[in-house]
Amino acid sequence: MSRIDFDIAHLLAGSLVLISFLELYQDRLYALLNVYALHALTLAASVAWQAFIQDAPHLYVTAAIALFFKAIVIPVALHRIIVRLGIHRQIDKVVGVGSAMLAGIGLVALSMVVTLRATYGVESLARQDLAFALSVVLLGLLMMVTRRNAVGQVVGFMSLENGLVLAATGARGMPLVVEISVAFSILIAFIVIGIFLFRIRERFDSVDLQALDQFRGER
Amino acid sequence: MFDALTGVLLIPIAAAALVAALPDYRLTARLNVAATALTLLFALSLFFVRPRSGAYLLVDDLNATFIVLTTFVGFTTSVFSSSYIGHELQDGRLTPRFVRYYHAMYQVLMFAMNLALSANNIGLMWVAIEIATLTTVLMVGIYRTHEALEAAWKYFILGSIGIALALFGTILVYMAARPVIGEGLDAMVWTVLVKRAGGFDPALLNLAFVFLLLGYGTKIGLAPLHAWLPDAHAEGPTPISAVLSGLLLNVALYALLRFKMLLAANTAALAPGPLMVTLGLISLVFAAFMLYRRRDIKRLFAYSSIEHMGIIAFAFGMGGPLANFAGLLHMTMHSLTKSAIFFAVGHVAQVKGTQRIADMGGLTETHPALGWGLALGVVAIAGLPPLGIFMSEFLVVTSTFARAPLLAMVLVFGLLVGLAGLFLRLNSVAFGEPRGANAKAQGSYVPMFAHLLLVLVAGVYLPPALVVWFQNVAGLLG
Repeated sequence: MSRIDFDIAHLLAGSLVLISFLELYQDRLYALLNVYALHALTLAASVAWQAFIQDAPHLYVTAAIALFFKAIVIPVALHRIIVRLGIHRQIDKVVGVGSAMLAGIGLVALSMVVTLRATYGVESLARQDLAFALSVVLLGLLMMVTRRNAVGQVVGFMSLENGLVLAATGARGMPLVVEISVAFSILIAFIVIGIFLFRIRERFDSVDLQALDQFRGER
Repeated sequence: MFDALTGVLLIPIAAAALVAALPDYRLTARLNVAATALTLLFALSLFFVRPRSGAYLLVDDLNATFIVLTTFVGFTTSVFSSSYIGHELQDGRLTPRFVRYYHAMYQVLMFAMNLALSANNIGLMWVAIEIATLTTVLMVGIYRTHEALEAAWKYFILGSIGIALALFGTILVYMAARPVIGEGLDAMVWTVLVKRAGGFDPALLNLAFVFLLLGYGTKIGLAPLHAWLPDAHAEGPTPISAVLSGLLLNVALYALLRFKMLLAANTAALAPGPLMVTLGLISLVFAAFMLYRRRDIKRLFAYSSIEHMGIIAFAFGMGGPLANFAGLLHMTMHSLTKSAIFFAVGHVAQVKGTQRIADMGGLTETHPALGWGLALGVVAIAGLPPLGIFMSEFLVVTSTFARAPLLAMVLVFGLLVGLAGLFLRLNSVAFGEPRGANAKAQGSYVPMFAHLLLVLVAGVYLPPALVVWFQNVAGLLG
């Protein structure tokens, strides 16, 4: 692999981590969706680049899914849902921006330490991709924890999933990547349809998950 | 090339399509029973004729046991479900359209579980478990009440995170395997992996197992990853609670066991046992205490499921022929007993028109068969002799006392706390003054008593053929 191939792959994977940080501190839903679309776009570029340098044409399918489904269809659909539900106000986050960012930095450091130590045998691109991917996964989890709003949590889950796709495409020659990315897209589609069809807004008068909790018989 | 395994996988899919297309709910309920019965027959034939294993599917002694258990409980639950659903229709809790959808989902769930159990490819196994999660989410939310939607949403989000972590672990296993096996399909085929696991990078395998344990552990319902489980059990239709507790938790456990065998084949990797033992004990003790303040009867037995999955994970974590044998036996007994209890609870909830424990009482007086059936089920699940769970718990405890007395003390403590908690509740539900509504019980008690009879027989006399079979499987688990 030539130096420039490596650098571009590295750049794209690194940008994904940075964009995860951007998502972490967005406090408006529209802005969050736009940043997520950028996240998915970067993922599509990264996967397409991997398809090119690994000479693995089936990965272009995964890239296309990322481009059309995640970067266009899902953000547009969520945008509409937000308008319908009338929740384009500020997101009430559980923790502040500062502590979320600090926690995020800690998680990235953790994933670097863990993966770089555990992967001495693996070639360096896959190794660093894996470290980046784990960072994106952990940042996605952090985002799900720091948001109370259902839409915010879904965006967190989707960026977590982008991290998984990054890991799967970075693992050279992994079979079933396309199938798995399709399966995941179905899962996400269900989640989005779920918000809409279950009419969380209508039923609970809020997509704030704290309000959901109070309907439970045990409290 | 049609073999038994193809039958086990294709029948549910075909039935799902057929059920979705037919309008009459009575007919679809019968079709549901017929399809699960047929699947069970094919599954039983796996004991005698073993289909050839390929890169995607595999049948060995371990998963044949799981498949037969799954299809058996799937069959009896469909019998229970056909009478239960009729009652829900009369009550107006479900409309015929939803019943069709429910039956189709039931078959898709059976397909997904059978696929997960027979998958030889770890990627395929993951996809199958994802499908199973999705279908159960859809069924948990089927009543469309506040609570049902909340439960479905919670299950969905937590289940998805679990699934995502499991996928990360799966990718890591592939990365560990690739330098040894080479790129491509073979590096995800379990039979190939386990043969060559000795050469894998141990650090990478360790990391993979941590993710797999957390991911599939969420689906097993191990504390502290269990938060979705009580809600999903309490708010969905009761047959689904039976299938969730009796089967789906086992399927996730099976996936974890396959990876445990992989790690065991690599001497340099960490021993997966202690991790499973720890999570198992935490689940057991935590769930045992949680039994005390439950007000909803289905929630009560959901926590009891967490407790028992803890015991099973503990037994498999201890490892060795005896503990594995005990774990397998306990898993089988728990599946049979817990689904029987949920059948009883389903009837009770329909008779009383509520799931609140405070609103039910004196069942043995008003509905003797049902009340005593429930009492027998609780006696069984609490682990009293002479029923099957007593024997498997006894085996778990004695095998642990011989090797790690301190752990055994914690185990016994958890079991006793759980036993007292269950009896406290049983006392108010089954005995004493009759309380609450008193509708006539409809539907058949046959599935419930059939399960309880099996558990009783297993507790008194375990057929030697079964013992030999379980010993053989326990040997496979290492």
